[in-house]
Amino acid sequence: MGEMPDADGVGTVGNPVCGDLMNIYIKVEDNKIADIKFKTFGCGAAIATSSMITELAKGKTLEEALKITRGNVAESLGGLPPIKMHCSNLAADGLHAAIEDYLKRKEAEK
Amino acid sequence: MDHTAGMPVDERVLEAMMPYFTQNIGNVSSAHFFGNEARRAIDEARSKVAELIGAEKKEEIVFTSGGTESNNLAIKGVANRNKDKGNHIITSSIEHMSVVNTCKHLGKHGFKITSLPVDKYGIVDIEALKKEITDKTILVSTMYANGEIGTIEPIKEIGEIAHSKGAFLHVDAVAAAGQVPIDVQDENIDLLSLSSNDMYGPRGIGALYKKTGTRILPIIHGGGQERGLRSGTENLSGIVGMGKAAEIAKANMAAEAERLSRLRDKFIKGVVDKIPESYLNGHPTKRLPSNVNVRFSYIEGESLILSLDMEGVACSSGSACTSKTLEPSHVLLAIGLAHEDAHGSLLFTLGRQNTEEDIKYVLGLLPSIVKRLRAISPLTPKELVT
Repeated sequence: MGEMPDADGVGTVGNPVCGDLMNIYIKVEDNKIADIKFKTFGCGAAIATSSMITELAKGKTLEEALKITRGNVAESLGGLPPIKMHCSNLAADGLHAAIEDYLKRKEAEK
Repeated sequence: MDHTAGMPVDERVLEAMMPYFTQNIGNVSSAHFFGNEARRAIDEARSKVAELIGAEKKEEIVFTSGGTESNNLAIKGVANRNKDKGNHIITSSIEHMSVVNTCKHLGKHGFKITSLPVDKYGIVDIEALKKEITDKTILVSTMYANGEIGTIEPIKEIGEIAHSKGAFLHVDAVAAAGQVPIDVQDENIDLLSLSSNDMYGPRGIGALYKKTGTRILPIIHGGGQERGLRSGTENLSGIVGMGKAAEIAKANMAAEAERLSRLRDKFIKGVVDKIPESYLNGHPTKRLPSNVNVRFSYIEGESLILSLDMEGVACSSGSACTSKTLEPSHVLLAIGLAHEDAHGSLLFTLGRQNTEEDIKYVLGLLPSIVKRLRAISPLTPKELVT
């Protein structure tokens, strides 16, 4: 957990008004997620899913990481209460947003 | 430290109740000696509840199933009985859901509902009340004290204004009763809701004080128990328990209020002094002795609750994530907090078992928990993370 000042991609999802805001930072090497960190404002489930996504995504190729779903995250945590499924289970979206950010930055470099 | 969520039954209360489960199980309506004993026990409990709130007569107490039913009976009861006078009901924006939703229901059935704003401490806006009240107003319903932020309302003054237009005053005193002295006669109260569990009595029993001459209709019809206002066989053991709880609360009130207020103020001062960007919610002095509600910028309440839970401390929050709805507490929004600040609020409600040691323990834990959660929050300004 924590910030990554030299991240290659950053994904921000959620909204503090709703009670959940998540930043996912990734470092990419050889098309793989070499490092991943998060910062999260939110309930226990939001923090747990943030932490789980870093475990699930680390070392994966970008293609594999993009296939990680909200369902995978919840499943890896041993399930989430229904009410938390859509409000706090933002981590997969955050990861995807970070990868998109990375791809966009790479595109811009060309 | 989450007494408002559910209180333990006082052992003296339980002891008083026990014979009424197994031995004295008479029905009040029976003419034989079992019935006589039931009537005597209920009368005694009724007197004790009446004494707690300064009612003139014990017959002014109607036993119900709890605070929610009492609020429903008071509000719907007045609404249905006083249609000849008008259809306007005034309430406040920080009421319990059993008042909020009862009024909302009546709003769909021909009644006009006005919800008064409160100031940043949660005190009902008296000027707004004077402006909104008309000859068509039949009821003003405000709480004695708010269970979430602890603020105590200027009930006597609200009652004077209600009565000046011929409206009744209903007061939800569920959070306040047993903690602070209430005098229904002096404070211009016509109807007052009470709950047994909020004063260390059993669940499933409550009462509505109805001043003689206050016109209401029942909402539960049947055999005409409780002077026709609440049908259904009396909850004998519950009533005895509530009576005992009221008796103990009255006897201990002054000393316990002083003790808890001291703990409360120490707790609040400790939090605000030790933790940067932490604030008190509610009024600093017009406050229930048991209530500590504080908020911490940049972090969310449920993650705080879970962290404290792991250290053996139970509390509540104003956070959406701890409630069934996804909205943060309407009370915290009504006192003007932004959504994200409401999410970061923590509620501690102290009780008879809490000691100075407990306060010290929590004050020892909180700064590092807040610091840790702030360190992983994207909202925290850099200077706060060191």
